[in-house]
Amino acid sequence: MELFKHTAHQLHKRLVNKEISAVELTEAVLIRCEAVEEDVQAYITKTRDNAFVQAQAVDAKIAQGQAISVLAGIPGALKDNLCTKGVRTTCASQILAEFIPPYNATVVEKLITADAVFVGKTNMDEFAMGGSTENSGFFNTHNPWDLARVPGGSSGGSAAAVAAGQAIWALGSDTGGSIRQPAAYCGLVGMKPTYGRVSRYGLVAYASSLDQIGPITRDVTDCAHVLNIICGHDAKDSTSINTLVPDYTKSLVNQVKGLKIGLPREYFVAGMDPEVERAINKAIEQLVALGAEYKEISMPHTEYALSAYYMLAPAEASSNLARYDGVSFGRRVEGTDIIDMYKKTRSAYLGAEVKRRIMLGTYALSAGYHDEYYLKALKVRTLVKQDFDKAFENVDVIITPTAPTTAFKIGENANDPLAMYLQDVCTIPVNLAGVPAISIPCGFAGGMPIGLQIIAKPLGEETLIRAAYTFEQNNDYHKGFPTLGEVK
Amino acid sequence: MDYEIVIGLEVHTELKTHSKIFCGCSTKFGSEQNTNVCPVCLGLPGVLPVINEKVVEFAIRVGVALNCKILPFSKFDRKNYYYPDLPKNFQTSQYDLPIAINGYLDIEVNGVAKRIGVTRVHMEEDAGKLVHSGATITSSDYALVDYNRTGVPLLEIVSEPDMSSPEEAKAYLEKIKAILEYLDVSDCKMEEGSLRCDANISLRPRGTKPLGTKAEIKNLNSFRSVQRGLEYEAARQEEVLEEGGRIIQETRTWDEGKGISLSMRNKEQLNDYRFLPEPDLVPIIVDPARVEAIRASLPELPDARKQRLMKEYGLSEYDAALITASKAMADYLDQGVQCHADAKTVANWLMGEVSKHLNNEGISIGACPVSPKQLAELIALIDKGTISNKIAKSVFEDMWTSRKDAEVIVKEKGLVQISDSSEIIGIVDAVIAANPQSVADFNAGKEKAIGFLVGQTMKQSKGRANPDMVNSLLRERMIIK
Amino acid sequence: MKITCKDVANVALLSRLEFSESELETFTGQMDAILQYAEVLNKVNVENVEPMAHVLPLKNVMRVDEAKPSLLRDLALFNAPEQEDGYFKVPKIMEG
Repeated sequence: MELFKHTAHQLHKRLVNKEISAVELTEAVLIRCEAVEEDVQAYITKTRDNAFVQAQAVDAKIAQGQAISVLAGIPGALKDNLCTKGVRTTCASQILAEFIPPYNATVVEKLITADAVFVGKTNMDEFAMGGSTENSGFFNTHNPWDLARVPGGSSGGSAAAVAAGQAIWALGSDTGGSIRQPAAYCGLVGMKPTYGRVSRYGLVAYASSLDQIGPITRDVTDCAHVLNIICGHDAKDSTSINTLVPDYTKSLVNQVKGLKIGLPREYFVAGMDPEVERAINKAIEQLVALGAEYKEISMPHTEYALSAYYMLAPAEASSNLARYDGVSFGRRVEGTDIIDMYKKTRSAYLGAEVKRRIMLGTYALSAGYHDEYYLKALKVRTLVKQDFDKAFENVDVIITPTAPTTAFKIGENANDPLAMYLQDVCTIPVNLAGVPAISIPCGFAGGMPIGLQIIAKPLGEETLIRAAYTFEQNNDYHKGFPTLGEVK
Repeated sequence: MDYEIVIGLEVHTELKTHSKIFCGCSTKFGSEQNTNVCPVCLGLPGVLPVINEKVVEFAIRVGVALNCKILPFSKFDRKNYYYPDLPKNFQTSQYDLPIAINGYLDIEVNGVAKRIGVTRVHMEEDAGKLVHSGATITSSDYALVDYNRTGVPLLEIVSEPDMSSPEEAKAYLEKIKAILEYLDVSDCKMEEGSLRCDANISLRPRGTKPLGTKAEIKNLNSFRSVQRGLEYEAARQEEVLEEGGRIIQETRTWDEGKGISLSMRNKEQLNDYRFLPEPDLVPIIVDPARVEAIRASLPELPDARKQRLMKEYGLSEYDAALITASKAMADYLDQGVQCHADAKTVANWLMGEVSKHLNNEGISIGACPVSPKQLAELIALIDKGTISNKIAKSVFEDMWTSRKDAEVIVKEKGLVQISDSSEIIGIVDAVIAANPQSVADFNAGKEKAIGFLVGQTMKQSKGRANPDMVNSLLRERMIIK
Repeated sequence: MKITCKDVANVALLSRLEFSESELETFTGQMDAILQYAEVLNKVNVENVEPMAHVLPLKNVMRVDEAKPSLLRDLALFNAPEQEDGYFKVPKIMEG
């Protein structure tokens, strides 16, 4: 099997046993990257030269008999809203097309310390706003399982890269489902940790109280390894949790006896693909057969979560994105005076979806509407969180589909923002409540992967990993690989 | 129509912390442009703020000193507006739950005491500085931005509209400045921008309750500007009303050079700041025990110090108020007393010669070249009779410029007072002999004639004769004659 | 209609965005649809419900007052579209 089809933990063993070198591995992944990039278009910036420098350093350590981390020498990808010092960081926006941050995001620093190798920065929906990566200010990314379809979003580039073998692992960000949904659409494992578990310092903000960084990997074991590296308190992030990070690999246990699963009826919405529903039910049956118990639960405020999110997230975004004004960084369109410059710059270089959300957010916060929209949404958020708190009094995990359908065709929802928003109905409540959730592959429909979402209570990542690992090990979905490029 | 003036003041003060409010950049004033900046205060994509604990401590101190209630739960909010000195195009401030509310301070104007309410005290970040290519904003083709000041911690202190005259406003501002200095939380230099003042002023028919339409006056850059600007604005508003016009609610800028206020072109849509809770900062919970600990640790504040000076040193209220208006001045007095000088005497020197020289050179007491110890030594020389009060004044002048001690100067210039009566008698007799007409006048009953003779004696002795002895010896010797 | 073209034009001004006539119309239509959908929020009873701005019960996260080295000026100005003499340069600012 080609090197680029392996998982990080498999490759780590090979590196440690000196069966392969980090440089060899990096070469293999980079060659694969070039071979399929014309079709997939996962990357905005590739950091080829630096990747080799990083790989060489790892090989030197191995030669000296030094212990190395599991991700050492393993090529991965970073979503382009993670600041990388000296490397272009665009957030897939024209306004940041030439922006080079003078600092690294904390998670990037941690990965550098762990000697990871970076292939490059991946494509995304502009400023993380979207569910298909079609809102990128540069180009579309294509789903490796079917190039005519979207990879999901907003972390579409990261998911496509891992699915296509252009990276062994990747980091994405998730504000309303942007890690989990692309992971589902691309047949991968994607986790959004508990809010505050991973530092947001260096993650270009979309909606600050909802954003989290997380791994997109081939299997649950890799997910646990990446989590071990990126989780933890950061003094630079006032919203980061200050409790010890457990060793998540200890939860890689094939065991769900007695695990109480909750199935919220409100997540099985009208318009859901019946194949997806079938796959989810089959997965539940399997888990029950393995010793879990399930009960139907109700999370009555689910139907309001989407609307609340589309008030809150744009409100925060309208404030977070005000800084893109051509004054001290980013591109500029000259104007007759400063206000003219602001307007011309922002109008020329921000995309339609971004503008839409900025306007929605500004409207929701504006005098006269603030209480009706923004304040009410904040209260609905409390109710959504309470739904989760109550549910977790009786169950250990909640299981739902990750998305109501599999990956749709590129261009299908382009003119209907509302239809696009409705795709997020299963993932959004999780962000509002700040709880952790993971998406794992659980089947196919029409040749396209289906994602199963498992949700746990705050700091319940260990339970998620155990449940996900058990399901994974009793199936073969994580072993699949798209036939992309094979025919060539 | 008889109108009464209603004034409220908004004071901003830069806190003297080592680092900025949300990042570790230095707050040092006067650095080269854009050398005290980092990704956080530049508002680069992806950065996050972390609160400086000293800012919170100072804010609580000020709140307590202003008799406020310290809110047990307070939070930060974003105030959204676009301006190039604001890198993120929002200011992180406090909106509905500021750190302190409902306080007051006492002022005195023309002997009348008054309590001015303090509505709130809150923390926020400062913006950068704009340098315009032309002389004014409107005549410039472009502007240059320096972000050194972005993120410097500010406290905003908002008063109730309790002031009824420009004098009261000035007194309030002076009291705020004094309190902030005593607390050692700010340099309070209006000329450096570490103390700023905006005023809201309106008129209403005397005796009525509802507030008139107010105008906000900005660019009041000195105590003088505050008083002049408010005087002007009160007169302007009265004129408008007397002519049957209406006051427009607007922001006006004070032009100190021209002595007028000008309307700033209406900012579009009267700024809708779209406040939202700052998602990147978590709330501040203040434990009541901590508030009490801070209250107990406060230094003696101006009013208390004034009372003490009156009680301990027997100073008049007027003198005590004047001296305690500046912490440095009050400290100087205390130090002088510690060097064994009489408090009232030191106070007189401070309010007299010292202040005169400070004002002439436009410097503050902190830069006074004569130390409290040196002044005390000078006073001791007067008390001992070594020099007279008059000579002492010229010795002081010399001390000021030469930095030398009083004793050294007196010795060098041979200014020791003559108190040997035989020496004085010699001079007195000579003067009496030289001025028979004055002597005759005096003996005929003209008391004033002695003044001339005293003057002549002092002149002959080059001012060194003990004036009291001169007076009594003259009288003695003239009687003999 | 929940929102009119005029409302959208006002919001655009606050957001420092400008639109052509047709863009304004399209945006107005789209925003209207979204706000109509958001009407569902009126069905929920939020009486006595506290707003949740932060999901975590964190409080009093602060740092010690210590000056740290700043960014080198060249780095600070590196991404500046226009600069002069160590300053960021912007077009003129109209009064107000």
